[in-house]
Amino acid sequence: MPKLQSAAELEKFRAELLAKRDPAKPCIAVCAGAACDGMDSAAVAAAFLAEAATQKLDGKLEIRTTGCHGYCEKGPNVVVTPGDICYFEVQPTDVPEIIAATLKGEVVERLVYKDPATGAKAVHMSEVPFYKHQTRLLIGDNPKIDPMRIDDYFAVGGYAGLVKALTTMTPEQVLAEVKKANLRGRGGGGFPAGSKWETTRNAPEKTKYVIVNGHEGESAAFMDRAMLTGNPHKILEGLIIGAYAIGAQKGFMYTRHDMPLLEKHVRQALAQATEYGLLGENILGSGFNFECELHFDVGIFVSGESSALMRSIEGNAPEPRPKYIRTSVNGIWDKPSNLNNVETWANVPQIISKGAEWFTSIGSEKSKGTKLISLSGNVVNSGIVEVPMGTPLRTLVFDIGGGVRDGKTLKAIHFGGAMGGSIPADLIDAPLDFDGMSKLGAPIGAGGLLLMDEDTDMIEVARYLMDFLVNESCGKCVPCREGMQQMLQILTRLTEGQGRKGDLELLEDLIEVTGVASLCALGKTSGDPLKSMFRYFKPEYESRIVSSAGGSDNK
Amino acid sequence: MTEIVLTIDGKEVKARAGMTVLQAAQQEGIYIPTLCHHEKLEAFGGCRLCMVEVEARGWTSYVVSCVYPVAKDIVVRTRSEKVDKIRKVLVEELMAHAPDSPELIRMAEEYGADRDRFERSASFCIVCGLCVRYCNEVKQKNAVGFIDNGARREISFIPEVARKECWDCQECFAICPTSYAQAAYLLTEALAFPGQRKEAVKVKKAPKPKRVIPIMPAPVTT
Amino acid sequence: MSEQNIDGIIEKYRGQPGSLIHALVEIQHENHWLPREVMHKVADALQVPFAQVMQIASFYKAFSLTPKGRHEVHVCTGMTCHLRGAARLRSKVEELTGLKDGETDADSRFTYETGACLGSCSIGPELIVDGKHYGRMTPEKVEDVLKQYE
Repeated sequence: MPKLQSAAELEKFRAELLAKRDPAKPCIAVCAGAACDGMDSAAVAAAFLAEAATQKLDGKLEIRTTGCHGYCEKGPNVVVTPGDICYFEVQPTDVPEIIAATLKGEVVERLVYKDPATGAKAVHMSEVPFYKHQTRLLIGDNPKIDPMRIDDYFAVGGYAGLVKALTTMTPEQVLAEVKKANLRGRGGGGFPAGSKWETTRNAPEKTKYVIVNGHEGESAAFMDRAMLTGNPHKILEGLIIGAYAIGAQKGFMYTRHDMPLLEKHVRQALAQATEYGLLGENILGSGFNFECELHFDVGIFVSGESSALMRSIEGNAPEPRPKYIRTSVNGIWDKPSNLNNVETWANVPQIISKGAEWFTSIGSEKSKGTKLISLSGNVVNSGIVEVPMGTPLRTLVFDIGGGVRDGKTLKAIHFGGAMGGSIPADLIDAPLDFDGMSKLGAPIGAGGLLLMDEDTDMIEVARYLMDFLVNESCGKCVPCREGMQQMLQILTRLTEGQGRKGDLELLEDLIEVTGVASLCALGKTSGDPLKSMFRYFKPEYESRIVSSAGGSDNK
Repeated sequence: MTEIVLTIDGKEVKARAGMTVLQAAQQEGIYIPTLCHHEKLEAFGGCRLCMVEVEARGWTSYVVSCVYPVAKDIVVRTRSEKVDKIRKVLVEELMAHAPDSPELIRMAEEYGADRDRFERSASFCIVCGLCVRYCNEVKQKNAVGFIDNGARREISFIPEVARKECWDCQECFAICPTSYAQAAYLLTEALAFPGQRKEAVKVKKAPKPKRVIPIMPAPVTT
Repeated sequence: MSEQNIDGIIEKYRGQPGSLIHALVEIQHENHWLPREVMHKVADALQVPFAQVMQIASFYKAFSLTPKGRHEVHVCTGMTCHLRGAARLRSKVEELTGLKDGETDADSRFTYETGACLGSCSIGPELIVDGKHYGRMTPEKVEDVLKQYE
């Protein structure tokens, strides 16, 4: 493929591509997301390819291996177009039947969704309860895309945002649009992305960097890697647009080392984007130059902290920097560096192509757009969910999630992993909103939502989360290194029935000091889950203090 | 040279741009406790004991003074109820490792810390990193380094380097607030190159062994 | 293990202290652990103090300072796996292999490690052997899985 020299060439290429594609030709999309892969979807995909080859179905049927569809609980997932017919828990032995039915325009009834209570069937994606309450602006394209093929991304309108930005907008206009859209960072803070971009743009230094934070170290958050693995070009397009607005010449994608498929797809995406002239010099004839490098974490949570992440890209130990500087002004190699998370970047192309007005029409008053949520824990339907901001948690938990597993009742909802918080079941009508959830003590964080059933021991949950952080801390500063270790010891004692009088006060002191004195966000927020539990589940903690100990400290 | 005027503990203080709050305070003879700070070394920001209260444009925040740069019109309080509480708890946490460190005992008295508040830990290193950074930044020998992360982080002498460099230096022993550097070195020597130091001493005529004194409170320059 | 490959990696990064992590990652990937003499070679070639190489190599979990077994057995201890019974799975793996977290057996058959969330939460608890994911694992099924790896 020769380089696309201009926007017109790209659009011409897209038109030719679409002209060659027959929308009526059936396509079978096999999910190869992390969960489906773990249920051996690779064997299912292989069976489809083998069967298609045996039957010589080349012109009649297409088989596509894709990224995560979302309904991880029921993998391996297969979606057949046209019609978005959803088959669940597909086994290689089901393949001939699916192919036969697809060729005849029929449906394999036994593999479609059945309501566990009523037995009612749902054939099309728009009818399946897990999907029908969602607004899948970001992840919805996944079943339509083979992540190894840039053509598939072009076919769903990919890089149209970039074309619009480079050919019809100045960098200032792009920035203004993102600010107007009030796009807030999806990585945890909810900080307005536009303001952050502006700071880096206005920094006097000419060399600037943009970074995709795809570290996703938050336990039970798995949507970023699903996006990066399933639709890498969407994030790349967002990054290039952002770089244009900010005036950055180089980008870094920082992601996990332990996902071979993710690495393969992102490498391929970067190579293809370069081949097509979407990375490199004079992109689409606009005069804008931009290149992007891939970097990997080496398996520790603190490397997701922005200044630690940048240290890691420099090749240094990922310790957060002690300086009171903003990485947007003094980041990688002290150059202005703008870092956003995967989902934030993924939102950029649609904001540019459809406009800020459209974007702000979705969501709640202060949190716009949709949010990807990793739904897991004691939930019936685990998976990746996308809903407008402001959606009540009840919709997420019951309508989409199908409620609590094994007929148990809901005890708590936990957001934000080890630095998040737990709220009790009676707050289920709270809307999904950055500020609202923070006020309740369960900030959305990156978007990992866990259900905990009636049998959950909240002290054990706190101990578990603290244990996780103790192992992930870098150990540089005293409050984080020592304070968390002390909290872990106390919580461990409590779970073992060795609680002493004064333990809760000790924990409160530790939460306070670790929170204010720690160097980086890891330590600062390490006490947050505990804080939320003291707010809502304190009696459970108090009951663990053995009164017979009588306050004597047997040390 | 830009001069910056700020307030520390009610006193108007003049400082140069680029100075830290700690430097500005020390220059005026205002004491702020530190454990990981050393004049010859780059600021580390690890022990957090030098935390102070800063009021700027109506906002109060808690910052570590060894890295926080001076700024025009900020109001610094080196003691407050909250600051004292932070220091108290941090000293208590460190005393779980080194209950007999003279430096910590002195701070414990000042901030009302209870040396037995937390369960004792096996190691008496407080991981201030003075030895590691001194060896790297001043001596440029890198005979001692950090290993591991989180609560498992510790200092570790590199035998391959230590056998050649340490016997006639030992300067880190004197700056260690807990004497752990010396203990760690002797252990390394005993395990990795026993007896070899004596031979080296014979050949090169060793300097008199230095008396190991724990670091004294940061000198107040007036 | 190929000494030539390791030397090739080190040569690629000669004189580039900023590439320390990359070099170590590649060597770890090639050799499955980082022998001390290799780290010395890295230090010399990249012009990084050995103490710093040790710091990085011991800091990150992805690096191993001891040789690994032929098969790497990993139990996910992420939050969902934990809620869905990873502790029982761990005990079973520990009982069958006789290993604790991070250990390798005398025959170098298995290295057993627990680890952070790998993002396959929907099919937890999860057992991963040599990168192959076994979802919805129960203690009863572990033995059959491990038997496949000699």
